[in-house]
Amino acid sequence: MALIPLAYNLRNLAARRVSTALTALGIALVAWVFIFTLALAGGFQAALRTTGSPNNAMVIRKGSTSELMSILDRESAAAVMSQEEIARAPDDTPLAAAELMVVWNLPRKSGTTTNVVVRGVGPKSLALRPKVRLAEGRMFRPGLDEIVVGRMVAERFRNCSVGNRLKLAGRSWTVVGILDAQGTTFDSEIWGDVELFMPVFDRPVFQSLTLRLRDPSYFQALKKRLESDPRMSVEVDREDEFYAAQSGALAGMLRALGLFVTSIMALGAVFGALNTMYAAVGARTKEIGTLLAIGFSRTSVLASFLVESVCLSLFGGLIGCLLALPVRTFTTGTMSFATFSELAFRFQVTPGMLLAGLAFSASMGLVGGFFPARKAAAMPIIESLREA
Amino acid sequence: MKFLRLILAHLLRSKRRTFLTVSSIAIALFLFCALRTLMTSLDAGIRASDATRLVVRHAASLVFPLPLAYRDRLERVPGVERVSWGNWFGGYYQDPKNQFTQFAVDPVSLFDLFPELLLAAPQRETFLAERTSCIAGKALVAKYGWKIGDVIPITGTIYPGDWRLTLRGIYTASTPDADENTIFFHWDYLNEVMPEQRKNWVGIYWVRVASPTDAPAVSARIDAIYENSPQPTKTETEKAFQAGFIQMMGNVSLLLTILGSAIVFAIMLVTINTMMMAARERTTEIAVLKTLGFGDGLILRLVAAESMVLSLAGGVLGCGLAFLLFRRLDFTAGGMIPNFRMLPETLGMGLLLAVSMGLLSGLVPAVQAARLQIAGALRKVA
Repeated sequence: MALIPLAYNLRNLAARRVSTALTALGIALVAWVFIFTLALAGGFQAALRTTGSPNNAMVIRKGSTSELMSILDRESAAAVMSQEEIARAPDDTPLAAAELMVVWNLPRKSGTTTNVVVRGVGPKSLALRPKVRLAEGRMFRPGLDEIVVGRMVAERFRNCSVGNRLKLAGRSWTVVGILDAQGTTFDSEIWGDVELFMPVFDRPVFQSLTLRLRDPSYFQALKKRLESDPRMSVEVDREDEFYAAQSGALAGMLRALGLFVTSIMALGAVFGALNTMYAAVGARTKEIGTLLAIGFSRTSVLASFLVESVCLSLFGGLIGCLLALPVRTFTTGTMSFATFSELAFRFQVTPGMLLAGLAFSASMGLVGGFFPARKAAAMPIIESLREA
Repeated sequence: MKFLRLILAHLLRSKRRTFLTVSSIAIALFLFCALRTLMTSLDAGIRASDATRLVVRHAASLVFPLPLAYRDRLERVPGVERVSWGNWFGGYYQDPKNQFTQFAVDPVSLFDLFPELLLAAPQRETFLAERTSCIAGKALVAKYGWKIGDVIPITGTIYPGDWRLTLRGIYTASTPDADENTIFFHWDYLNEVMPEQRKNWVGIYWVRVASPTDAPAVSARIDAIYENSPQPTKTETEKAFQAGFIQMMGNVSLLLTILGSAIVFAIMLVTINTMMMAARERTTEIAVLKTLGFGDGLILRLVAAESMVLSLAGGVLGCGLAFLLFRRLDFTAGGMIPNFRMLPETLGMGLLLAVSMGLLSGLVPAVQAARLQIAGALRKVA
């Protein structure tokens, strides 16, 4: 079967420049919105998904759905620390940290206020989170009124640069360092000495205990033993799964919203593509008659118009992808339901999302081009040649 | 208006195109209304707030409780008429996915502070009398199919354990923006079950003042009392308190605005394109009209009116459908978005948008048609 050359379609698109550009731009915007919403949900999810490590386990009170709602007394914490599945630090102490977590209302740089996670950490906390590094300044010294803040907190909140003094729990704390947690949720936290935080924040209990497993396979045994231990009422989760589970509700809502908006919007764009392609077929009646007369099969004509429509929408999709690339640099913060405080994250544009955007555009072209193409293929030769 | 038939005849010439264009405009405006309704639904709490109601909470954040002893002191603060209190319970029903608000409250003062909660007198009496009873909002009851007398098991996350509350009343809200998705139960019951060190702590206090103008002075008075205590307070109007919640959500409204603009812009491109295509196909006809003596101005108005009719038809269809769906039918997206109600102003904005879309998309083709040279255009026929 002889195929109509692609150049024929491309030249036709170029000949109707304005109409092609407007239709393609319409599709580009749909593709952009599609990628934008995926990038938003993806960024939020990535922040939580990359936070934990499968080598770590987290202990919280049984029945708490998040760290904030958990309470862990010193006796339980000590009992957990003595388990032999816990890896050892070089000084032969258990590689584990019992931590305190509170949320504190602070003013953003924009003037609005929101809650920020304030975490009391132990000497092993940093070693337990290999992704968290000191980006600026130094670590706080235990026992002193010093804190370090996550990168996102430093960027988004007032009085959170190195050297600033921040008021928490009636005391003034010096910010001595900024932590880079590589996009994880610790970027949105403030850290200080847990032993000092307990009396200052008037909280005699921990919220959670994070520990490094000597081997990830020991998890099940440890979980079983601790959860059945009558001395305490705890729940043990793998750290990565614990954080990943927090993203469920909101990421799902964002995706649902994105899907709702883009699918309805796509319908509008398909109508636009239909209009354009019907007009293209209508204006080229004589050409189509000629193509059929010189021996191209009806299938070739159908394919040719479909290809033209897909080219048009792929062109739009490409523009949409290009416009979506800068979205990567957006950061936004929203309230995480699990911590009741702000989680700041960067939009995430992955090659997969761009490809999905292109595929989405192509399918809009396919649907929008099908009926006009069928009309073209079914054209009676004689009448169409007679057309003015 | 005598040209209305001419305009309609033009539009009906290509029924398919008219249908497709009107539909895509309708879709765009439907989406616009949906997104704006989502935005305004988030603010429902602000609209439902009462200017004489103040919220007193721990200055650090809602997570920290205040002593019960504050209650009697608050009642003595000059300007305070009534005090009520409650604890956010934060439990779930059967599955952690079934989240809705539960509040442990003082059942007597609750109705003084929140007169918008309507509860039949006999139901109110049984609720007051029975320690382990609760009342639930109409929308929530409808969602889970509860009946009066049902025992509703709530699993606590902040207050561990399984709590079994007997449904003794179904309240309705007297204002459309007020929430009907909450369970209220006895604070005393919660407090009595708590271990010793967690007894007598209150999540938030609600305070009624005589008039809205008293609010700033009373707030300042309350905060001054506790300024240097271990549990300092932050007192603000209910409106400011609700606005604080919206602020915590981050720039959701900005994101929705970006999406909304992209949609409207995309469909405008589609409409402009259609109008231009329609005008191109009719070059000859317009030339004939001009030959018959139609002036340039009249032609301009005719073509512009055509796109206006298209846009308006799409606008009425899209906005009307949204209004029906989001107002009359009580759509809640499976309970995910309570109070999802389209405001009349959103309808107005949608229609205004349709008009401006019609103006803009008709502009280029109308000017082109008006400028058309008769001789040149008629020659194209050959």
